[in-house]
This record gives sequence, structure tokens and C-alpha cells, in this order.
Amino acid sequence: MMRYFFTRLAGAIPTLFVIVTLTFFLMRAAPGGPFDTEQSLPPEIMANLQKAYGLDQPVWTQYGRYLKSLSRGDFGPSFKYKDFSVTELIGQGFPITLKLGVIAMALALLLGIPLGVFAALHHNSAADSATMALAVVGIAIPSFVVLPFLGLLFGVYLHWLPVAGWEPGSIRHLALPVIALALPPLAYIARLTRGSMLEILRSHYIRTAFAKGLPLRTVILRHALRPALTPVASYLVPAVASIMTGSLVVESIAGLPGIGRYLVQGAINRDYTLVLGMVIIYSTLLIGMGLVVDLLYAWLDPRVRPVK
Amino acid sequence: MDATLSIDELRISFAHRGGTIEAVDGVSLRIAPSECVGIVGESGSGKTQLFLGVMGLLAANAELRGRIRFEGNEMVDTAARNRVRGSRLTMIFQDPLTSLTPHLTIGTQLAEVLVHHMGLPWSEARSGAGRMLERVRVPEPQRRLTQYPHELSGGMRQRVMLAMALLCEPSLVIADEPTTALDVTIQAQIIELLRAVRGEFGMALALISHDLAVVAGLADRILVMYAGRIVENAAALDLFRNPRHPYTAELLKCSPSLSGPRFARLPTLKGLPPRPGEKLEGCAFAPRCPRAADRCRVESPALEGTRSSQVACHFPLTA
Amino acid sequence: MRQIADDAVRRLRANPAAVLAMFVISGIIVVTLFGPWLNPNNTQALDWLHLAARPSGENAHWFGTDRLGRDLFVRTLAGTRVSIAIGLVASAISLIVGVGYGAVAGYVGGRTDHLMMRMIEILSGLPLIFFIIFLTVIFGRSESLLFISIGAVGWLTMARIVRGQTLSIRQQEFIAAAIASGASTGRIIIRHVIPNVIGPVVVYATLTVPQIILFESFLSFLGLGIQEPGASLGTLIAEGVGEMEAAPWILLIPGGFLAVLLLCLNIFGDGLRDALDVKEA
Repeated sequence: MMRYFFTRLAGAIPTLFVIVTLTFFLMRAAPGGPFDTEQSLPPEIMANLQKAYGLDQPVWTQYGRYLKSLSRGDFGPSFKYKDFSVTELIGQGFPITLKLGVIAMALALLLGIPLGVFAALHHNSAADSATMALAVVGIAIPSFVVLPFLGLLFGVYLHWLPVAGWEPGSIRHLALPVIALALPPLAYIARLTRGSMLEILRSHYIRTAFAKGLPLRTVILRHALRPALTPVASYLVPAVASIMTGSLVVESIAGLPGIGRYLVQGAINRDYTLVLGMVIIYSTLLIGMGLVVDLLYAWLDPRVRPVK
Repeated sequence: MDATLSIDELRISFAHRGGTIEAVDGVSLRIAPSECVGIVGESGSGKTQLFLGVMGLLAANAELRGRIRFEGNEMVDTAARNRVRGSRLTMIFQDPLTSLTPHLTIGTQLAEVLVHHMGLPWSEARSGAGRMLERVRVPEPQRRLTQYPHELSGGMRQRVMLAMALLCEPSLVIADEPTTALDVTIQAQIIELLRAVRGEFGMALALISHDLAVVAGLADRILVMYAGRIVENAAALDLFRNPRHPYTAELLKCSPSLSGPRFARLPTLKGLPPRPGEKLEGCAFAPRCPRAADRCRVESPALEGTRSSQVACHFPLTA
Repeated sequence: MRQIADDAVRRLRANPAAVLAMFVISGIIVVTLFGPWLNPNNTQALDWLHLAARPSGENAHWFGTDRLGRDLFVRTLAGTRVSIAIGLVASAISLIVGVGYGAVAGYVGGRTDHLMMRMIEILSGLPLIFFIIFLTVIFGRSESLLFISIGAVGWLTMARIVRGQTLSIRQQEFIAAAIASGASTGRIIIRHVIPNVIGPVVVYATLTVPQIILFESFLSFLGLGIQEPGASLGTLIAEGVGEMEAAPWILLIPGGFLAVLLLCLNIFGDGLRDALDVKEA
């Protein structure tokens, strides 16, 4: 099993490499540069700036230097936020974004799966319909609508939770953003689990489990749950992508100092190194998630495991 | 002595698109302790639904009416049924690959029966499971305990299913087409195993099959079902020698005999059995019966006869 | 074909939520098309006397005004119009590209198919937003970029589905039988391929529309899509967030429109999927 994991890991590294390379060259190849958006600078100053950031070198040299600095963990200086290196910016913001994302994902799984199981067990009842109705709402309405609405309700009118802002270590400030972020994947997971569970419950081996006299709880938890979770495992990578996408908006609305805003701002400001750094971080996360999911498949279904 | 299983006027119907489908239409039967009863019929005859009803494993849209008593207790009471299901009253199914949980080891699937019904700790339960695997003649039992269902052959899986059914010393084992999904050679092994197990454990056995040959080797008594009803009930030898119901006679004719002429045409029953839920006037077999008369098409025959031999026919065959 | 359609309509009618959703969507379309005629204001005019005014009858500011004094009723309707228009046009593009790609992959099969599907796998892995942001870094903000990128949403799933259907149909015996009996390729396509493919295609086309509208709103919200002074539900909501505490209607009204629109489109799409009995991808 370990060998399988390392094979997959080895395959992931070239993918990452390709992404970094493509990103780098595409950006350099684009018309315009990071200093064009400001008022036109006198040519000498422009030349000096280019030199300072190493932009006057041939592209390949720049690429080489970038890879070297990457291997040291240095993402280079930010072109826009002149006093900071990208590494510093990431270091400040990433923990917050990570916290936000992890809690949201955990919430989506911890609430979504039981909800789906519940709906499946009460198939065709009012509870089932209600749950599925809520799921459609969660899936359809985007987080940049949900969060402000929640903020209005719980923040402005009820004064229970802060609408925006951030204090280190605060939970209250994370509450609404996490809920808004978790809602779409939660709803999707609930739906997937319900559908999958309904199908599994019709299987012959579930009938055998009941025939053995096992109580409902045991049948569900020991016999039905694991196979039912396979579609959820397949959904994990898109779920992470969805949370990453959502965090861009959520951080912006809630004023959370995560890395999401850097991506958007970096795009608008043409801040090469910043965007490059962001792309690397996000790609690594997704690829990492893909590896985790592969391992998860093997655990969920022994038939998938490589033969001893 | 009290019958182990006693069924009276059982009716099972399914709600479907605004109407109902009758799968079992008034079945009464008795299975005595240690008796082996073969239940024979085509698909759709209701033979499987009948016993799923006994076990309480019917689909959610099913409605069950009638009386079921197991070892004297009314089985319609869910609590009473749950006490015996899986321990004193067990069932094994047709396809052992899809009937075993794919992600749990054999050891776990066996041991959990002992853990739940006997309250044993897991370690003891696993030993018990290993011993049972020996008794059902599974080679290398200790190794099997750690394997998954897909790693075993079809015959071994069926032995495992049988082991699961025997763990708590049942009074009645219901075997639903236990050999149908297996190769012919393995079929013979499983039938042999069932015979041996009956000798060792002494439990009653309800053997469901569409294949008379399978039932012939084991059954003391045979029930023939057609369109949700029992049409004949006789001791096995009597049934084979002197079938009284025309359907039974036709079934026997359809089984090729090794000693018969080589290139003769295989006899078949013309027509098709009624679809489940098709309501019929008169005897359900009349459309296909070579002996059918006007009375048969109008009046449905009741199951009548002595304790040892019953038939539902207006014009039964005589010896 | 007729039978499939009749069956589907019957099942759809039995689904009250889907029917309601359909009416609401139609209602919204009617209102966005004809509403502005009922209101004298236009989307750009600044009403200095009514800055951030509550909804009221004054000056026909039925939905109130924003911080700059622009009437919210006409702006919201305009934004909804834009969103719906983009949704329909981009869906149509996705549909054509996706069906074309999928049909070719499924029909040609072999290495080409394998390659084409690998492409789709790789593209699916990328969260689209990052790709867009990336393009924005390179090419700067522009509305044609917006259209291209939005067209990129949704064709992936469509291509996958069409390819799957094409593959399974191609292999079925009745195609061989039809060819053997001399039926022309055109006839085969019309009588056999299309009826089998059309179900999932219709469903996913319907479900692509809200996806695209959501995506466009998302981009506009972030400032990467439609820019000021143009009105899109996304930009309106972004404005509304800024004014949330002082003038909540600036957020609630466009937000409500978007939420209801997306909800109904999804409910209708789901209903259609149940009616045509298509499995969830």
C-alpha cells in the first residue's frame, strides 16, 4: 500500500512542475508588465525598476533564478506590496485561510453525511423532502449572497455575531464565514450520501446483515456506510476547489486577512510573483487532496487495493 | 410435537402504482423439527417472498396478512421475531458474492453474529467463527478469517454463508436457491455439505429451488408452488413416483433423464406462468394444463388431502 | 421521441416545485423585459435628491436608490437581464462545443478519444476561477475575456456526458442492425442516436444556465467581470455589501433576485432530470 502511495506521489511532482513552468512562462509572455498600470514612469526609472526586480534578464535566466529561490522556499518579492516578499505575505495570510477552509470542510462532512443518511432512512417522508429542499438552497445560492444575508441577520439585526473584521484567535469572527463557505459542499455531500445510501440499502448484503439479526445501527454503521461514502470521496477534490473559490469572496466580504485577497488583487495589479506564489499554493493543495482521496478509495473498498 | 414453523393463510401483496400485486396468495404449511422440506416453483411463484415474509425481510411497500408461528411464538410481533432472527431462525441466499459485505473480512462478518446474539467478546467470537468454518469444511479456516469475500471462490463463499447461519444452533435454516449461482460440480458439493450439516446439527431445513434435482437429494417432503399458492404437498418419494398435480407431472417430465433416449426432444411446458399480480379466474394453471376442463377455468381449487399428501386440483392424477 | 417527451412532461407536471419554479422564472423574465417601461428612471441617472433612499413611491424609486442616487428598480432589472442573457448565450455556446467535442470523442473512439478525455480531466481539475484570474493577470480586465471564460464553464460536463452516451450507443447492436439493413448514417443519427442522447443533454443544458449565471456574478462581484458603470447582479451585490448596515435594501434586492433566480433554475433543472430519469453525474 505504501508503494502505491509513493508511486502516486512521484507522479504528482511532475504535474506540479508543469503547472509552475506553464504559469511562469505564460505570465512573462503576456503583454504589459507589473509596472504598466501606474502612471507612465520616466524610462530611466522604469529601467531601474526592471533591473531591481531582475526583469531585464532573459526569460530563461529569470526562470532558473525563480526555481532556485523556490527550492529555498522563497517565492520572490511582491511587485506591488513593495516592502514585503511573497513568502512573508503568504506566511501571514495562509494560516487564516487554512483555518477557514479546514473548518468549513470538516463542517460540510460532519453535518452533510449524517444528514444524508438521515434522509435516506426516512425516504419519502416529510423529513426527507425538507432536507433535500434545504440541500437545493445550499447548492444554488452562492456564498457571496449567503454571507452578507447571514451577516445582516445575525450581525446587524440580532447582534449575535460580528459581521466582519478579525482578531487573532477569535472564533466569533470566523463563525459566519465558515458557515457561508461550508454550505454548498455540505448540501452537495448530503445529497450524494442520501442517493448513495438509498442504493446501498437495496443491496443483497444489507439484506443478509438484517437476516443475521443485526440491529439497524450496526447495519448502517458497519455495513452500509463505507460503500455509501465512495461518491463523497470522489467529490472531495471538487469540494476543496469549491471552498478555495468561495474563500476568495468570503475573505473579501468578511475582511479576513487571508491569502484569498492576494490572488484577486494580484491579478488586478499584475503582480507576477504574488500570483505565481498563489497558484503554486493552491495547486499543491489540490494535488495533495487528490492523493488523499486515492488512499481513501483503497480504504473504503478493499477490492481496489493492490493484491498482496 | 409442535411444528417448528407454522404458517396459516399467509398473503403477501405489494403496493404498486395505485394497485396491488399478490405475490403469495393464501399459503399454509407446517415444518416439523428436523424436517427437510423442499419448496419448488418457477420464478414468480412466490416461494422466495414467502420466506422473506417469515424472516421479516420484505420490502417497505409489502403488506403481510396471516399467521406465522415459529417455535410457538407469533412472528408478526417484531420483538419476538428479532429475538430469533439470525440465531434460531436463519436464512442463506442465492448469490454469495453479492450477499456478503465486500469491505468486511470474513472473520468480522461471522464473529459479529456471535457478538450480537451470544454477547461474546470479539476474540472469542473469532475463535468460534474459525471452528465453524472447519465444520463446514472450509480449508485453511484461520487464513479465511482475514480474507475478504472477493478473495474466496463461489463454493467457499456459500460455505461461509452456511457457517453464518449455523453459528447460533438454529432450529430452522431457510436456504433460498443455495446452488443456483454455482458451477454444477460445486453444486453437488454444497448439497453434500447440507446433508452432512443436517446430520450433525439436526436442524430443520427449508430448501427453496426451481430445480427438482437439487431438492430430490435432500428433502423429506416437497411443496410445489405455482402463482403464489401451494399446489401439491407430498413426501418426496411419493411426489416423484406418483405426482398428483398436473403441474408437478409436467415439471418431472421436463427434467432430462440420463437413462432416457439420447436424441429425444426435451419436453417443455407450453405457455408462461402468470405474471405476479395477474388476477385470474379459476385455477391459475388452467391455461397450460393438458387436463383442464370448464370447471377449472371458473373455480379455483383448494388445497385438500391428508396430512401426508395434499393437492390443489379438481382432477388430480391418480396412481 | 414523442413518447419520451410526453412521459417527461407528465412527470414534470406532477412535480409541484418544478412547476412553481418554472412560473417564477417566466415571471422574472417578463418583469425584466417589460418592467423598465413602467418606470421612468434610467440606469445611469443620478438623483441628487434621493441618495441611498429607501424603497418608496417617490420619483418611482420602488426599490430605492444606491449611494450615487441611481434607481435600484431599473438597475436591478437591467442586471438581471444581463445575467440571464449571458446565461443563455454562454449555455448555448457550451452546449455546441460540449456536444461537438463529446460526439467526436465518442464516435471516433480509440486513441483520439483517450486523448480528448485526458484533456477534459486535466481541465476539470483546475478551479475555473483561478484560470480566469490568471488570464486577467496576463490580458488585463476586459469584457471579451469575460465572455470567453464564461463559455468555458459547463462544456466539460456536457462533453463527458455526450461522449459516454455516444460510446454506449455506437456499441449497441441495433446500430449494427440498422447499418446492415442499409439505413443511411443520417437516418441512424436521427432515429437512434439523438433520442438517446437528448435526455441528458437537455438536463445538463438546463443546469448549465444557473452555473454560468453564478459564475458571471461571482466574477463581477470580485471586479473581474462586468465593470462599472455597467450593471450586473454581481456588481450590484458588491455595492450592496458595502452599504449593508446603512442601506440594506441595496444588498437585499439584487441579492434576493439572484438567489431566487438561481434557486428556481436549479429546482427546475432537477425536476427535469427526475422527469427524464437521468442519473446524477
